[in-house]
Amino acid sequence: MTLILGRKRGMTQLFDGDGAVVPVTVVEAGPCVVTQVKSREKHGYDALQLGFEDVPDSRVAKPQRGHFKAVGVAPKRFLREERLAAPATLEAGAAVGIDIFTVGQLVDVIGTSKGRGFAGTIKRHGFSRGSETHGCMNVRQPGSIGTKRTGKLFPGKRMSGHFGSERITTKNLKLVRVDAERNLLFIKGSVPGPNGSFVQVQTAKTGTAKA
Amino acid sequence: MNLIQEIEQELGKKVPPPVRVGDTVQVHYLIREGDKERVQLFVGLVIGVQGRGIAKTVIVRRIVQGEGVERTFPLHSPRVRDITVTRRGTVRRAKLYYLRDRVGKGTRVGELLGDKAKREKQRDLETRAAMGGDSDAAPTADA
Repeated sequence: MTLILGRKRGMTQLFDGDGAVVPVTVVEAGPCVVTQVKSREKHGYDALQLGFEDVPDSRVAKPQRGHFKAVGVAPKRFLREERLAAPATLEAGAAVGIDIFTVGQLVDVIGTSKGRGFAGTIKRHGFSRGSETHGCMNVRQPGSIGTKRTGKLFPGKRMSGHFGSERITTKNLKLVRVDAERNLLFIKGSVPGPNGSFVQVQTAKTGTAKA
Repeated sequence: MNLIQEIEQELGKKVPPPVRVGDTVQVHYLIREGDKERVQLFVGLVIGVQGRGIAKTVIVRRIVQGEGVERTFPLHSPRVRDITVTRRGTVRRAKLYYLRDRVGKGTRVGELLGDKAKREKQRDLETRAAMGGDSDAAPTADA
């Protein structure tokens, strides 16, 4: 599995060889830097820690400044770990670019969904709406939430509440195009979060590309 | 200009065909018959333009054997080789959906004439010149 960090730039469309429209999300990904190598002996598991996007020293807490200084790289805004099955082959300070991906492969994209605040059951859970006419007063209300006999509410009952701003993984999206010059990934379909938001792109965990 | 707009300019045709609502047009559309390709003409009236950038499309309406037929063409599609305007129309709305409910004489659209038409024609020619041999520069995905 390979991982790269980036920012969602927005959606557009391409035409494939047959002239069919392919909707794509453009992600500006990398270049990332390996900021730490974790090993089984020392940390109990093998992993790479990747850093993305430079920030000024003043934006980073002192302990973190030391962490970056030890590797000799500029402070980074985002740090994420990539778990490895075998000991890491890269060393701290190595660059990780967009070239780890090839066109046609499937990727998972992890991001933070758009925040919708305190949302009702219709938006949050897809409940149906009541009639707006014929004297109905129940238009966007949740309806019954239980029975009199049990006398309690079952845990997990879907209700209104905070919606969005959570970690979402969209799985098995096809990589349609890779622009190594500008560090752009063209990923078929939509990706969680608003434009400009931080996303992680990794090789798909479950899916396999169809021939 | 943001990144997405830049990308769309690179991917799409440099200059999309100059088409407006109310125009009578000929769409040169590439169709595939078996393993042969040929250009088919679809002649009709533009009753709507939708979308922006590379996603811009036109709705073209024509009457075939008494039956209304509407097709939507993406202006930047490599299959749309060209769209030529045979007649400029004068219309007062952006979508001519009212034509769907009309038959016969009611479906006519006035023609743009006079000085304005001449200026428009001149502008069209300039746009066409800018398009040059660009019609073959088809945006394609690597996939």
